[in-house]
Amino acid sequence: MIPTHYYLFLGTALFTIGVIGVLTRRNVIVILMSIELILNAVNINLVAFSRYFQAVDGQVFAIFVITDAAAEAAVGLGLIIALFRNKETVNADEIDLLKW
Amino acid sequence: MLPQIAFFFLSAVTLISAVMVITRRNAVHSIIWLIVTLFSVGGVFLTLHAEFLFAVQVILYVGGIMVLFLFVVMLVNLDVSLKQAQFSRQWLVALVTALVLMAELAYGIYRGHTGFALAEGSAAPAAGGNTQAVGLALYQDYVLAVEIASLLLLVAMVGAVIMAKRKIE
Repeated sequence: MIPTHYYLFLGTALFTIGVIGVLTRRNVIVILMSIELILNAVNINLVAFSRYFQAVDGQVFAIFVITDAAAEAAVGLGLIIALFRNKETVNADEIDLLKW
Repeated sequence: MLPQIAFFFLSAVTLISAVMVITRRNAVHSIIWLIVTLFSVGGVFLTLHAEFLFAVQVILYVGGIMVLFLFVVMLVNLDVSLKQAQFSRQWLVALVTALVLMAELAYGIYRGHTGFALAEGSAAPAAGGNTQAVGLALYQDYVLAVEIASLLLLVAMVGAVIMAKRKIE
């Protein structure tokens, strides 16, 4: 039996890698993939607590998180296609029209 | 002993491939490593006796979302960005900040981990299996949330179509 906090440590490490990816990469597609990493870290925590409480509610929440990830990926990738058509770039720091 | 070995192996694969995802220059390589990460996260779900979620992870994430990512990488011309810098200018600050965040979270979990130790050891599988338990919870307790999620998917689908359309009349 693996203690619950091992899973929390794994979730923390995966979450941090995702945050580093979002903050440091310039490619928008890789930033979206880092968001998927963050959502997976959340899912690990949810399922770990689902086993800890001996209830399936955490797994149901994880399914909703996956649903959100699918919706977010569809809209985000549509945005990337529209962006590439207009600006010919996938670098996040070149999209600075609203920046002062 | 075997669950521990499986857990540590899957954790190592998850973290190493996650680091590969955010460091690769080619976006297609990143996607392949992300698929490895998602598979091993599914394996972690298996060690937690969440078999239905493992199937959902493989079918939906690896089979659905990752194929969507691959399609977009094929649609978008990445040859220019391959030759440019891959990391933004403030990468060092971001790295330090994120590592400080991880240290804080890990310290908090480490200080509080004795609180997680009371109910473990009685991992009796639900009657009828994990899939039946999850299905009952989804369609009895969370039926309204399922409907809202279906509406969210509809809105996302319409939004993605509008976004990717060539011209909005």
